[in-house]
Amino acid sequence: MKKFIPFVLALMLPASALVAQTTPPTSTPAPTEVEEDVVGSLGANDAKIAIPAFATNADVPTQTSAGSTSTLGFSVANVIFGNLRSNGLFKPTGPSSLPRPALAQVQAPDYGGWRGRGTDMLVQGYVRAEANGNITVGCYLYDVGLGEQVAKAGWTVPPGEWRRAAHKCSDMIYSKLSGENPFFDSRIAYIAETGPKNRRMKRLAIMDSDGANHRYLTTGQSTALTPRYSPDYKSILYLSYFNGQPRIYIYDLTADRQRLLLQASNPLFAPRWSPDGKWILYSMATGGNTDIYKMPSAGGAAVKLTDAPGIDIGGSFSPDGQRIVFESDRSGSQQVYVMNLDGSGQKRISFFGGRAATPEWSPRGDQIAFTHIGGNFRIAVMDPTGGNLRYLTDSWQDEAPTWAPNGRVIQFFRTTRGSGKAGIWQVDLTGKNERKLETPVDGSDPAWGPLRP
Amino acid sequence: MNKHLTLSLVLASGLVLSACSKKAPEMLPPDPGGSAAGQTTDGTGSTAPVPGSQADFVAQMMGQDTILFDTDRYNIDATDQTALATQAQWLARYPAKRISVEGHADERGTREYNLALGERRANAAKNYLVSLGVDPGRITTVSHGKEKPLALGSDEASWAQNRRAVTVTVD
Repeated sequence: MKKFIPFVLALMLPASALVAQTTPPTSTPAPTEVEEDVVGSLGANDAKIAIPAFATNADVPTQTSAGSTSTLGFSVANVIFGNLRSNGLFKPTGPSSLPRPALAQVQAPDYGGWRGRGTDMLVQGYVRAEANGNITVGCYLYDVGLGEQVAKAGWTVPPGEWRRAAHKCSDMIYSKLSGENPFFDSRIAYIAETGPKNRRMKRLAIMDSDGANHRYLTTGQSTALTPRYSPDYKSILYLSYFNGQPRIYIYDLTADRQRLLLQASNPLFAPRWSPDGKWILYSMATGGNTDIYKMPSAGGAAVKLTDAPGIDIGGSFSPDGQRIVFESDRSGSQQVYVMNLDGSGQKRISFFGGRAATPEWSPRGDQIAFTHIGGNFRIAVMDPTGGNLRYLTDSWQDEAPTWAPNGRVIQFFRTTRGSGKAGIWQVDLTGKNERKLETPVDGSDPAWGPLRP
Repeated sequence: MNKHLTLSLVLASGLVLSACSKKAPEMLPPDPGGSAAGQTTDGTGSTAPVPGSQADFVAQMMGQDTILFDTDRYNIDATDQTALATQAQWLARYPAKRISVEGHADERGTREYNLALGERRANAAKNYLVSLGVDPGRITTVSHGKEKPLALGSDEASWAQNRRAVTVTVD
């Protein structure tokens, strides 16, 4: 078995949020994965990727939800398969229809056999149960045509977080083949919806980027809307009618407790975090006139950023935290504006006809996603000066885009005409790969968090 | 002369049209008496509401507890003024009574904007009531945005009913 530890598994993932209160957050060492410098021989879009079940050194029970190391090896491969398939960029084949390689083959693939299956790229790996209950997952990417290893990495995770290792492996493959930054190891907050159109129950809920580890945070007795994950995933800002009035609450995920952000007699809407988590934006109505305010997340005096008659609402920071894009109807209809961090330099950037709403600045900084309203409600992107409008979707009512951490994929919610039922959808920047996310009940207001360390 | 006459006629009919176009009730608002909410039954079969109660307010208003708005608008037009005046008269009779004005938007808007829009509509109604002499301390507002539609269709007639501000009494 010594032979089978070819690289240092140094990346210890932090304990899950559920147990974080008993475990102080550990600083995460930088990944130490060794990658060989290989230029892929295929276009990522066409790559036929085989992801057989991961091997194991010994089939022993684990504390994971996936069972023994053997079934866990299958499940890890299946999570990777699901991630790559749903992304639409690759043509993956999953472990259900592939032979499982022996442990010895993990590092010495049967290239001939895989070529015979028409495979371009091969993902192999292993799972191993550690004495303390943790799970180690090794992940290898091979170019079958070249007969070469492209990348490899390994992670040791607590048993409750085994899926994160599969997401990290997916991210490695995705990044290597697409040249883009990773995004699978991330979470989503959203509003789970049930019930008839005029009495919808709206609950705060969270899930992994693939819909797993789903959890309801509120009971639904009071309506919850518009959540936003804090950049450190420790809390969620959202709107609740807890006391009958729309107010902003902070849900503390460590303590499973919520508190009012601000004592105010006025209605508060549209909470937002700055990328560094140090600032919170909110919108407050005074005498029917809504304006955007900024306050330190640690507490302190709020600063009013907008002062136009009408509705100024929302706001999304540029990734460097220096500018804010927001919506305002000061011109007579909802349009998108940008301003500096102190509220100066307010300038309209959307001039497309129709209305432009819910702007969200890409984490890459190069695009702003928004809802374009002109007949249908469509998800669109433009550059930060308002140029190069591109529609990504076309349906009766798509709204409220949220960016994947890598700025290449967008989620939004789509409402069905008539029934009012809403679902969370995902589309990439080409607009070609669109799909509905599976959620236990209907969903709206997705808010994608950052890549986890 | 003729020319003048025609002009004023056109103007007049234009006024009537614009006053009606917004409210043109393709679907009538629900019969206020038909709503069970707040209705009191005393067991003897009588359904006369207690004077000064929410049920009494609803019965007396005959639909005028609700005012309607055009898309994205929040102005109080002549029809709204009549309705709000009727509300103010009732409130003058029951000076201890407090009210909440609930602002709503139709489903054809984004969620957060509609929350702010519902608040703006509720405030417009509140401000008009205050201008009629109702103590602002008696009036609270709340916006439900597009979250609580009254009419369930996805059509102009339903949306017209849902762009509303509803006055309810608070005990």
